[in-house]
Amino acid sequence: MNLHTFVVHVENKPGVLTRVSGLIRRRGFNIESLTVGHAETEGVSRMTIVVSTDDFGARRVESNLYKLIDVLRVDDITNRPAVTRDLALVKVAATRETRVEIMQLAEAYRARIVDVAPGSLIVEVTGAEEKVDSMVEVLQPYGVLELARTGRVTMARGAIQEPEMTRDFEDVEATDDAAVSYSV
Amino acid sequence: MTQPASTKKTGAQILWESLAREGVTCVFGYPGGAILPAYDAMLDYPIRHILVRHEQGATHMADGYSRATGQVGVAIATSGPGATNMVTGLATAMLDSIPIVCITGQVGSKLIGSDAFQETDITGITLPVTKHNYLVTRADEVAKTVREAFYVARSGRPGPVLIDITKDAQQSSCEFVWPDPPKLRGYRPAHRPVAREIQHAVDLIHSAKKPVILAGHGISISGAGDVVRKFAERTNIPVATTLLGIGAFPASHPLNLGMMGMHGEAWVNTAIQEADLLLAFGMRFDDRVTGNLKTYALNAKKIHIDIDPAEINKNVRVDVGLVGDLKETLEELMPQIENCDKSEWNAYVNGLKGDAAVRDIQNLPDNGHLYAAHVINDIWRATEGKAIVVTDVGQHQMWEAQYYKHDDDRSLITSGGLGTMGFALPAAIGAKVARPDAEVWVVVGDGGFQMTMCELATIAQENIDINIAVINNGFLGMVRQWQEFFYERRYAATPMTSPDFVKLTEAFGLTAHRVETRAGVIPAVEAARKHPGTVLIDFRVEQEDSVFPMVPAGNDLHNMIRRPSAIVETGADA
Repeated sequence: MNLHTFVVHVENKPGVLTRVSGLIRRRGFNIESLTVGHAETEGVSRMTIVVSTDDFGARRVESNLYKLIDVLRVDDITNRPAVTRDLALVKVAATRETRVEIMQLAEAYRARIVDVAPGSLIVEVTGAEEKVDSMVEVLQPYGVLELARTGRVTMARGAIQEPEMTRDFEDVEATDDAAVSYSV
Repeated sequence: MTQPASTKKTGAQILWESLAREGVTCVFGYPGGAILPAYDAMLDYPIRHILVRHEQGATHMADGYSRATGQVGVAIATSGPGATNMVTGLATAMLDSIPIVCITGQVGSKLIGSDAFQETDITGITLPVTKHNYLVTRADEVAKTVREAFYVARSGRPGPVLIDITKDAQQSSCEFVWPDPPKLRGYRPAHRPVAREIQHAVDLIHSAKKPVILAGHGISISGAGDVVRKFAERTNIPVATTLLGIGAFPASHPLNLGMMGMHGEAWVNTAIQEADLLLAFGMRFDDRVTGNLKTYALNAKKIHIDIDPAEINKNVRVDVGLVGDLKETLEELMPQIENCDKSEWNAYVNGLKGDAAVRDIQNLPDNGHLYAAHVINDIWRATEGKAIVVTDVGQHQMWEAQYYKHDDDRSLITSGGLGTMGFALPAAIGAKVARPDAEVWVVVGDGGFQMTMCELATIAQENIDINIAVINNGFLGMVRQWQEFFYERRYAATPMTSPDFVKLTEAFGLTAHRVETRAGVIPAVEAARKHPGTVLIDFRVEQEDSVFPMVPAGNDLHNMIRRPSAIVETGADA
């Protein structure tokens, strides 16, 4: 068992998130993290889904996702060079004495202070999950009042690989599927 | 009506117009508030509506209609309870890959989310039990959605599709335009296997010494019966069928071993366990056919042909996975297949049958008992194996699979994957409506019959001519059998008192007989066949009879509970 990261392009339609998350749940997999937002093509949303499973499970997640009519493309980028980012907003208690200290810590993490209030600061930190974890841990002693994290957003490095679909998701004939190997 | 020249139609009219263009001539349904505009418009279209007594029945009828023909069956109901009553039928069709389209009314689009009267989130509820579903809130989406729904239902691996149409979408008007064939950029139903893997498969087939074909439902769906037969004959490979594969490969064919799995014959399961190559044709290695996966066919290489990529390596790891339409894939394989001689292996497998292969249960004495197996075998004889038999779920279903020999494709209609009790009677109505010239028999237990027996009223109202064999043992038989084998005969909630089925049937205006002796079986079956109209026969069979052989759930496929020899001797061969 290890974490598999899927980049899933879907139709931007009502209910698609439910279809995707519901499918993964009812096939017995656990979603560790799921983020969704607009992709570069209009009408298409991009999801980054992290699922804890083995390699066979990952193939099953992928092939089951393809059964959803609103799913356009699935890429398991677990073993591909990729950039992964997590963004966190951390509201941390700050007194006159600790404020500067917190700001210095934030600087060490290349984090930004995005809000200053009499009793608190909001720190915005972006990076790999471990870095965000570490930032949160360091802030913990001051008193983390509120924490919001986006979850993992991932993009494969380099040129786009075209295993199955054209980039614009158009000119794909329903019957013109590329032959894909499903054997061991 | 103020603008008679207008070509505008209401969403309700567009619905029927679209259904007619999809070739629909008959729908099974039940009206109600949110679907009323559609029902009102229906009267102007040449579509037969069959009024059911429960919406679950409508879905099973659409399902039976589809299984009997391969066409898309259609069921229609209102919102709320009408829609939720369809869930079991949708799940049944989903697990057996049956193309049906269910249409439900929905409250007005402005009321959605307000807990309005008879509002329910049926697209949310049916998400896991449909291949796809739609919520239509505007009249101008109706035609496109219907066209797409039928395309999705019948293409690729077929399955049920639900269309939920709000009342205002049915009532409002727009120009009717029949859309172009759907182009769904995220939907790729057609796959084709990789060439080098075809070659790999051919090599495995030629070199195998002990191969077995596992023939599944995909043969029927794909229309691959002929090519599978040619393949089996050229390669000389014996064929084991799944429950839903029965009929897809003729029972009387010398290479047909019979049904595999939990209640498969011992030689079939043994052959699978000893095989060095399994060729899975349109089947999905369900737990009822594999038993314990850790010990399943350990010495066999596996070639799996299925149209659904998600089935490959789902339960059983295979050596070659060929994703594609079974008929097309086998046709691609065939030119490379040479004549094979597997006679040594065939002789060995036939040897496994021993006495059982030639034993005819008709010749075994009954000692005055009426056994279900005899009843079903007699129905087979009387109908010369030509009837469409629609079964429910339980012991009678397994005896049917064992003792009614199906030579024709789509001649056994049964709920395999979901195991839905109450399926038989409504599904048989659907099958008869689809194929009015066919002789249709229902084989059903006393338990399952009582789940949907209200559809006797539908039979009476619509003059449906089928015959119903109730295998009445006064128990929920299969559960009782498990209690006998695995729960020390503690019969919790399985003894069942039933109404007088003869009087009950007569109350619906139909004919019924009771049979309590073996001598009475054939005359009653023959009388029912001659009678114009539906006849129910209440067969009072042996109460504590069990289905053998049996692989207890999760056990190794080769570890079967065999027929007790005492039973074989006395003739209770079931």
